Amino acid sequence: MTTTVATPETDATKGPKGKRTPPQLTERARHENNLGRRLVAPAVVVMLVVTAFPILRALWLSFYSYSLTAPEEREFIGISNYVTALTDQLFWRDIGITVLYMVVTVAFELVIGFAFALVMHRVIFARGLIRTSILIPYGIITVVSGFAWQFAFTYQNGFVNGWLPFIDADFNWFGDTVPAVIAIMVSEIWKTTPFMSLLLLAGLAQVSEDMVEAAKVDGATWWQRMWKVVIPNMRAAIMVAVLFRALDAYRIFDNIFVMTAGAQGTESISFLTYRQSIEQFQLGMGSALAVLLFLSVLLVAFLIVKLFRVDLAQARGE
Amino acid sequence: MKQKIGLAVGVVLVLVWCLLPVAWILSLSFKSQSAVSNGSDPGFLPLDSFTGLDNYRAVWEDDQFRRAIINSIGISLIATLLSVMIATLAAYAIARLEFRGKKMVLTTALAIAMFPVVSLVSPLFDLWRTIGLYDTWPGLILPYMSFTLPLAIWTLSAFFREIPWEMEQAAQVDGATSWQAFRKVIVPLAAPGVFTAAILTFFFAWNDFVFGITLTSTENARPIPAALSFFVGPDPFQRPAGLLAAAAVIATIPIVVIVLLFQRKIVAGLTSGAVKG
Repeated sequence: MTTTVATPETDATKGPKGKRTPPQLTERARHENNLGRRLVAPAVVVMLVVTAFPILRALWLSFYSYSLTAPEEREFIGISNYVTALTDQLFWRDIGITVLYMVVTVAFELVIGFAFALVMHRVIFARGLIRTSILIPYGIITVVSGFAWQFAFTYQNGFVNGWLPFIDADFNWFGDTVPAVIAIMVSEIWKTTPFMSLLLLAGLAQVSEDMVEAAKVDGATWWQRMWKVVIPNMRAAIMVAVLFRALDAYRIFDNIFVMTAGAQGTESISFLTYRQSIEQFQLGMGSALAVLLFLSVLLVAFLIVKLFRVDLAQARGE
Repeated sequence: MKQKIGLAVGVVLVLVWCLLPVAWILSLSFKSQSAVSNGSDPGFLPLDSFTGLDNYRAVWEDDQFRRAIINSIGISLIATLLSVMIATLAAYAIARLEFRGKKMVLTTALAIAMFPVVSLVSPLFDLWRTIGLYDTWPGLILPYMSFTLPLAIWTLSAFFREIPWEMEQAAQVDGATSWQAFRKVIVPLAAPGVFTAAILTFFFAWNDFVFGITLTSTENARPIPAALSFFVGPDPFQRPAGLLAAAAVIATIPIVVIVLLFQRKIVAGLTSGAVKG
């Protein structure tokens, strides 16, 4: 989504107000401080009520053996749930599959999205048509995308087997892990590439045309202009798009639910958490998994920011 | 010339990519159930299995699905309205006022945008059952608000920074308080941005699936995506592809209408925060 943590500028347009930094708050500054806090208070409360409070409750519940089928037998069992989860092969397998979904889908989205962004950046005709078309996958319900692709991939009535010459007409995409994972990834990539391409388009628009022209005059080929001029200059935009899409992809759930219901080893860590708490009513275990999921998202975010040196402030084009 | 052809090919590829699955589900929605299950008419055009609007009629007569449409529209609209109202206040403060804790608000919003939704499922499920919000409209509206607020706040504060603030100061010089300046001068100027934030918020609520399946159990509050995934049809062993496709098309119509009307605003909203912050 959007991306900034930087504070807004205290620039000249603010006039005398922006320059006010005496140690003692003036009457007016105090009034402004209070008004500011009152205005953000409802947003902060609503955001925290449904996130911070439940995740703390999950932390608490995760130390209990608590099943909805036998609620009165709830008892404190310390870190047993965590030990069970972390020593279970299924947990690590699901983490592995989730990371695979994330890496592959984001890589494809980045390449295809960049190509789309280039087309949209250069094109001068049919702009409205392209914009409308690209917003349809973005806006469509993920569940609908999952169904559309599931019906496309089934061998009884889909078109995919017929179109791919190296695939047998009766090949069952949902009969084995690898093809089922591919089908899920296709739906995920289809739905989210437009979002990626719009973010990249915004980044492309910030690359100075003069610089690209200068490189062209100096005899740089198209590839050289892309790799040496355009991409380095929109690095910040690319990194932010990758960060946001990766964290989104790590939470993959809807497509798996619709297309395979987690069968054939396509289950992600989100799906495992859902299955434990809602389908099997194991709220204790489900809460432990929820906490682990939360921590793993933090870890993924941290790793991406560190590895790719994402600078959120720089992404503002400063 | 070579470049022009390349560009035209590119445009065609983008269009095919975006519209192919949509065309596919549209074509399925006009095919008869028997033709779909035995694969006798696999092409994109429903030739000998064309059933006209039969699938649509059947879906429309399904009580659960009709309820789901009402739920989705009601819940999404209310969540959008409340979320945008609250976000407007917060974004104004962030864009314009100096106050302690501003960084904390922005960090909270960023953290929530990255929050793994599924990790809330078990505690919320438990909590909502205890306090009676399970399977109700407010039970879905609240989480939708929390998760759309970050997006709305960012989009709006990006828009608010573009507003000519001299006008606010002029009003203040004329004796208006900060609050009056906000209400009388800024709100009309900010309306387009607010509208864009509302569209993005609505898309999120309309699309949500995780909360939809976990926090509802009946047609009392079950929204469209959840209803689609539970849609069984007459034969429990065979997914009713034709009916599902028709239902999916109906669920996509509002999105297409909004996109057709407001594409420019949506693109501006999606990219504004990312580039300018």
